[in-house]
Amino acid sequence: MSTPITDAAQVLSLTRPLPLDGGQSLADVRIAYETHGTLNAAKDNAILICHALTGDHHVVSNHPKTGKPGWWVRMVGPGKPIDTDRFFVICANVIGSCMGSTGPASLAEDGKPWGMRFPVITIRDMVRGHVALLDALGIESLYAVVGGSMGGMQALSLAANFADRTRAALVIASTARHSAQNIAFHEVGRQSIMADPEWRDGDYYDHGKGPEKGLSVARMAAHITYLSEAGLTEKFGRRLQDREEKTFGFDADFQIESYLRYQGLAFTDRFDANAYLYITRAMDYFDLAEEHGGLLANAFAKSKARFCLVSFDTDWLYPTADSRNVVHALNAAGLPVSFVELSAPFGHDSFLLDVPALDRVVEGFLGEGR
Amino acid sequence: MSLLRPDLAVIAANVAPGARVLDVGCGDGTLMQALRDDKRCDARGMELDSSNVGLCVGKGLSVIQGDADGDLAFYPDQSVDYAILSQTLQTTMRPDLVLEELLRIGRRAFVSFPNFAHWRVRLSLLWRGRMPVTRLLPVAWYETPNIHHLTVNDFRELVASRGIAVEGAWFLSGDRQCSPAAANFRAEHAVFLLARG
Repeated sequence: MSTPITDAAQVLSLTRPLPLDGGQSLADVRIAYETHGTLNAAKDNAILICHALTGDHHVVSNHPKTGKPGWWVRMVGPGKPIDTDRFFVICANVIGSCMGSTGPASLAEDGKPWGMRFPVITIRDMVRGHVALLDALGIESLYAVVGGSMGGMQALSLAANFADRTRAALVIASTARHSAQNIAFHEVGRQSIMADPEWRDGDYYDHGKGPEKGLSVARMAAHITYLSEAGLTEKFGRRLQDREEKTFGFDADFQIESYLRYQGLAFTDRFDANAYLYITRAMDYFDLAEEHGGLLANAFAKSKARFCLVSFDTDWLYPTADSRNVVHALNAAGLPVSFVELSAPFGHDSFLLDVPALDRVVEGFLGEGR
Repeated sequence: MSLLRPDLAVIAANVAPGARVLDVGCGDGTLMQALRDDKRCDARGMELDSSNVGLCVGKGLSVIQGDADGDLAFYPDQSVDYAILSQTLQTTMRPDLVLEELLRIGRRAFVSFPNFAHWRVRLSLLWRGRMPVTRLLPVAWYETPNIHHLTVNDFRELVASRGIAVEGAWFLSGDRQCSPAAANFRAEHAVFLLARG
């Protein structure tokens, strides 16, 4: 493994307000991003990586709060499937987030945090932010846009709505629209945050304490959806946590309980509750077909890109049928598309984990047989 | 193209340059690659096996994981010049419906299949009373993917009954061609070029 890059992050301040799907526009937008590799003279070797719900632009560099390696170091770097020796890799924090780009925890014009005054944003709004960044970097057309989960939604949205800005899209474990089940899980998370008295209608920033309990429960519920039943059984089963017997109480008797509590708690150290509300809302609003008259194939009418979609057989959050739905639309639009369902035990999270078959597909698709 | 399997070589030699092609059951993409590189074809593929799809993607080919029985329905009418189904017809649930789908999607279709009436197969059945295990049908009856064995004459009859025109037919024994007249007896492989009559 190459030496982790510890600080490659930069911030772009947009000079013009960003128009939003909700009808408002957002002024003084900042977009945090990092780049790896070198942009060639023709500026045609750029790959934009889009991150997932709780991800950030630290795709390769260490996370500033947790110190952990970037979230996709296994995929991105010199000689890796997304090869920084060949490609100029950009990863930007989405607007609405809390990791450097403008979001509800950022300061509004009055010098106070936006909180719930922040406008509700969409996946397409996030993509508008990315496109503004591409403009600033002088990149007219991406070699490819790549993303898993919510990152895949951005990749689809960019390929559909800014068709001339990318020549390929690689969409992993994602969907063209949020299902009722997807929305339902997100609503549980949001209600959990809002039910925490420390949330204070989103105005908690000056109180030294936020809705950590609520956010942590939201994360626990969401985390279950990222795994598979078989994976949970294999990793935890019904094993007890540091004890021989059940306690006949409500302590974390089971390993899975202890694990989820830890995941929930650790999440509150690195993520803003309001950002979680806004980003999950953006995902729930995502329906690419709806944006284009109800027919998904129409969304890609202007695209000339080649596409690759990957799903995982144990992913029940964005199941294979969701990817196939996109594939059928791309087929109907006559675009070159590849699709494969990979077998991996880790559920939705498979796109982040050790799945060598995914590495081969990513490398192969981006390599174009070279 | 000399490295192609004989039936694929026949297909590759008879596809018009620059054509749009859908290869159903494209395997590791060998034919698609030849059509793309040698004939500048816009070749797309469909393949059941995920590792084969991975190999195709690695060659820069556009291939969708899917099966001929269920997933052809999502392709638009008359969207390619040729739909190709090589050595796959006999593995489908409903070969007749698959054939109709090929000619809905493609203006023409290439279909190749092993001939179950080849003399070696007949001998095996006649003398040994056993389902044949031959060079082209190398797998025992209980594990073969071939669930709808057919003969050259069966196929001729099917296409005739559906009003499908045969625009070309090639019969192979090993890598040599044999005459249409004796094909049902002598051909191991048949390749048909079909169009809506």
